[in-house]
Amino acid sequence: MKKRTIRRTWVKAILLAAMAFSLAAGCGDDSKSDTDGGSSNGILNVSYDPTREFYAEYNEMFCGYWKQEKGEEVEVTQSHGGSGSQARSVIEGNEADVVTLALAHDITAIENAGLIEAGWNEKLEGNSAPYTSTIVFLVRKGNEKNIKDWDDLVEDGVEVITPNPKTSGGACWNFLAAWAYGQQNGMTEKETQEFLKKLYQNVLVLDSGARGATNTFVENKQGDVLIAWENEAFLSLETHPDDFEIVTPSVSILAQPSVAVVDKNVEDHGTREISEAYLKYLYSDDAQRLVGKYYYRPSKEEILQEFSEQFDLDMNLVTIDDFGGWNKAYETYFDDGALFDEIYAQ
Amino acid sequence: MEQQIVKVKNKKGVRVIPGFGLSMGVTLAMLSCIVLIPLASIFISVSKISLQEFVEIVTSRQVMSGYMVSFTCAFFAAIINGAFGLVLAWVLVRYDFPGKRIMDGMIELPFALPTAVAGISLTFLYSDQGWIGQLFDKAGVRIAYTRIGITIAMVFVGIPFVVRSVQPVLAKLDRQYEEAAMMLGAGRWRTFFRVVLPELFPALLAGFGLAFARGIGEYGSVVFIAGNIPYETQIAPLLIMSKLEQFKYSDATAIALVLLLVSFLLMFLINSLQIYMQRFVKN
Repeated sequence: MKKRTIRRTWVKAILLAAMAFSLAAGCGDDSKSDTDGGSSNGILNVSYDPTREFYAEYNEMFCGYWKQEKGEEVEVTQSHGGSGSQARSVIEGNEADVVTLALAHDITAIENAGLIEAGWNEKLEGNSAPYTSTIVFLVRKGNEKNIKDWDDLVEDGVEVITPNPKTSGGACWNFLAAWAYGQQNGMTEKETQEFLKKLYQNVLVLDSGARGATNTFVENKQGDVLIAWENEAFLSLETHPDDFEIVTPSVSILAQPSVAVVDKNVEDHGTREISEAYLKYLYSDDAQRLVGKYYYRPSKEEILQEFSEQFDLDMNLVTIDDFGGWNKAYETYFDDGALFDEIYAQ
Repeated sequence: MEQQIVKVKNKKGVRVIPGFGLSMGVTLAMLSCIVLIPLASIFISVSKISLQEFVEIVTSRQVMSGYMVSFTCAFFAAIINGAFGLVLAWVLVRYDFPGKRIMDGMIELPFALPTAVAGISLTFLYSDQGWIGQLFDKAGVRIAYTRIGITIAMVFVGIPFVVRSVQPVLAKLDRQYEEAAMMLGAGRWRTFFRVVLPELFPALLAGFGLAFARGIGEYGSVVFIAGNIPYETQIAPLLIMSKLEQFKYSDATAIALVLLLVSFLLMFLINSLQIYMQRFVKN
């Protein structure tokens, strides 16, 4: 009996240890960023999910550059998650020095909370978007359903995977790109709405985030087409070269992930100089080439041309300004009771 | 070891290990910081909106359908957990077999595993391309991305509650009762339903309630397997997330408050029923 109790305690102890480890793994990122963000020779970059690999390499590049320029060691800590929740964490007190998020709307939310000064999007070139991307289709090898453009997505029997724009900031680009297609093909407002309704009726799984949707399509093999960010589509193609093809639709949207210095935090940390340099260096030729390597489109025209083999540069890309900016777009399409809700309510 | 325990109180009522004040203080501090204050903040946050707005938010069609999905799936999951949890506890207490201790330890894995990991692997297995999902797909049943999938994820996260509630009671249950019942001529079924089950029922009910409450609030694992189609497979916690994503804090807490109240009401009912039944059993 006694022996048994001892063994049982061991099993319990091991399980507890496993639990503790999983907890530690879960919190690791946050606790680290908290401590490093505060010191003056370290900065914290709060970013969104798909930029993880890019910034890991960029940070090394920047540290080397900074050492050469100023002779100072610098440590950059990165934090990744859904763009909206990352913005929220900064508003709620995550000590980010710079934010590099999926859409300007999320940075505006931080601005509205009083942490970033107005006019941040004019501080750097191209609306403070050092790299851009667009929305493309990822289809299974062979493209059996013959998907070429947006109107093929509303055909009967085509199963579409895309995340929910109400929980994923990135998915707003998907919705708006489809909307732009309707508008550019002479559909009226009403017809475009009908078109999107049909499209979302074909949506099999409406994941809460972009990485979740990619997982559903790539790993769980659901659906015929994934509406995805171009850089995510290329990444999936890189890991599964024999399984997928990328289809570029005739019309899409220029997705502009934006960057900004969090003014209040850099004042507190005394890291303004280095934070501004960190973002500015994103526009250097080396960094722009790195951007292309990770399948984002460099914002510098000359460097973008170097990648003309990789990207379809003839796509007709609309921008968020064609929708009257993010605030207007949210009001019209994504707020509660707005167009997206109507599509499902009918 | 057990025999060495001596009377720990002297005349003044001082215990061997002193410190009631200290330990009570720590308990209260922890409870306040971790449970009471966060819960109170929900009420404070909701109080920023008027009653009318609150009612409007929680009775909007999308939110109501979210509640429906969460409650029905959690209910069925808790029923399934009640049945299988009882069998599992029975096997673990009453029989000896190789690997029993490992199995016993594994019951707690759903507690230890990050729920997102569970969600992703369940989806992988139960999608129509997955190992298990494939078999059901041939029979025309889709599991992942339907309410069945949601229920399965909730069964996964809820099973330890039932097993761990029933196990100790079952272990303490004197087998002489069963033997006596048998000797008095009761058959196996009668012995189980009239002698064993009434003893286990309060524990089973407690486990059921905990599993149900956990299912209602579960987000991490369900969101991957749910499909998240509005009005069909969208759970209430996802709607909370979607409100947060729009920076609508009070809307989100309004939805959460209803979940909290329902869970609380449920636990209250189950506990009252338990107390009532214990009296009934004693008399």
